[in-house]
Amino acid sequence: MKQSLGSTIFQACLITFMIILCIIMLYPFVHMLSISFSTPAEALRLGIHLYPQKASLFAWEKVLSNHDVWMGFGNTVFRTVIGTLCSILFMSLGAYPLSRRYLPHRNVYTMLIVFTMFFSGRMIPSYFLIKSLGLLDSRLVYIIPGLISTFSMLILRNFFQNIPDELEDSAKIDGANDLRILFQLVLPLSLPVIATLSLWSAVGHWNAWFDAVLYIQDPAKQVLQTFLRRVVITGENLSMFAADVKGSELGYAEPIKAATLMFTALPIIVVYPFLQKYFVKGTMVGSLKG
Amino acid sequence: MNPVHNPEIGGKTTLYNDQPSKIAATWREYKKCRYLFLLLAPVLIWYAVFAYAPMYGIQLAFKDFRIMDGIWGSPWAGLKHFEFLFFQSPDFLRILKNTVIISFLHILFGFPAPIILALLINEIRSGAFKRIAQSLTYLPHFFSWVILSGILITLLSPSTGVVNYLLQLVGAEPVYFLGNPNSFRFTLVTSAIWKEVGWGTIIYLAALAGIQPEMYEAAVMDGASRWKQTLSITLPTIMPVIVLMFILRIGSVLDAGFDQILNLYSPATYSVADILDTYVYRVGLQNFQFSLTTAVGLFKNVIAFALVLTTNFISKKLGQQGLF
Repeated sequence: MKQSLGSTIFQACLITFMIILCIIMLYPFVHMLSISFSTPAEALRLGIHLYPQKASLFAWEKVLSNHDVWMGFGNTVFRTVIGTLCSILFMSLGAYPLSRRYLPHRNVYTMLIVFTMFFSGRMIPSYFLIKSLGLLDSRLVYIIPGLISTFSMLILRNFFQNIPDELEDSAKIDGANDLRILFQLVLPLSLPVIATLSLWSAVGHWNAWFDAVLYIQDPAKQVLQTFLRRVVITGENLSMFAADVKGSELGYAEPIKAATLMFTALPIIVVYPFLQKYFVKGTMVGSLKG
Repeated sequence: MNPVHNPEIGGKTTLYNDQPSKIAATWREYKKCRYLFLLLAPVLIWYAVFAYAPMYGIQLAFKDFRIMDGIWGSPWAGLKHFEFLFFQSPDFLRILKNTVIISFLHILFGFPAPIILALLINEIRSGAFKRIAQSLTYLPHFFSWVILSGILITLLSPSTGVVNYLLQLVGAEPVYFLGNPNSFRFTLVTSAIWKEVGWGTIIYLAALAGIQPEMYEAAVMDGASRWKQTLSITLPTIMPVIVLMFILRIGSVLDAGFDQILNLYSPATYSVADILDTYVYRVGLQNFQFSLTTAVGLFKNVIAFALVLTTNFISKKLGQQGLF
């Protein structure tokens, strides 16, 4: 079919608009990256920063030689890895029995769990609970209270439900109990959905900051996002970088903020191109089930 | 979730008609599934402790909290805190108003944005460019509001920010986006759209991909223009998805964006940006007004729960799939 003049013009406008939109999505990150590699004076230059005109490793040296940054990084990696593994294990433990139609009172248990999605203790009662459990200022607070995402567990349950019953029956005839069926049969068959939920959980852990603000006082147990927040938003941590700042580095704050920010964002930027399709797939699974 | 009576359980119980009691039959059922319960037990314990125990703490809203006596030992206060909130507090009406206004703006501008973007992406002919455009518009979704707020603070700075630099190039006055109460809500809504618009298109693009190409071919035969095709084929086809998403969105109308606001607001903008959640954090935990702010939390719980039930009911009435 031959294109009409009108539709050619429309395509041209559309492409132009989409390119502008893509620039709006991407430019802020390029800007911050450029500033993080700039000299303090260059960082304060008004205008567009696509690349540093006066490049400097000043900010990255300061950030990467900072002890607290690495402490936050370590705590974040800890919660991301351990937290994700524990979450997946726990959600599998819950999702499998709930997916078995012959489980007595299955609907009662499911309703009890679904109810928590709509009604919760919220901030203050949760704080008192964490306090009375002795989890304040403990790294366990990153793992245990967020162990289960009800929404993810329901997705997993729905996936388990769709595995044919015959597989389970034949395993039972071969003498396998439920534990073996879950770990040796159901979980290996569910790898795609497990991968998606792991990614959600991992990104959630990497980006989490509020639990650290709420429950953790000890600076040695802070996560990277909270450290970043104290540098770029409340400004509390900026002074620790200023101790040995020379006169020529007076605008030191801007590149240091940018470098801390990029350091925190970088792991996601690096894995993003590889993982994006899993996220999209998972969102589809989640949304189709309502 | 599934309200249909379970035929397997029903079938099995009839087999045990000669059993002395129902309890014994149930006990048999449970005994048969003991491994399943072994698996489920830790999960149920987790829910009891981390989801239901905080609900027990909601009684704080009806008590005068004394730190020495704890939640259980503090004296009852009746509805005192609610009366104070609804009738005397200078803050409550303001934060409720802010919450509803900000959330309403998010819905008014943020809800149609991904639909429009999905329609536009769907019109792109080049497959490669389509994929690039999608990947780039998803990008901001993956970062925390801490990171995005840090970026926004730099980009929107009135003295050194690139946005004000561009505004100056076209001769406009510099705008103090984050510090001025007049422009703060605009900044909130715009930046939230920037973060989530691409991600929001996923479900609509999936719905668009499901439309039969024959329908467009037939429309072209009838001489329908592209615009006409969009109005009479595309939109009606994805309308059920739009309605469902809208109903879901209305259900969380009291969530106006805690993470975003807590990272972007400042005392200068409290008057227009303090919402229920930020108020609970600021006044409750930082100023130790535990009982009062627990009452605010309970208020939010009740409204949110009522909204979920209502929207679910409406959704089913409209012939859509409900949540439960």
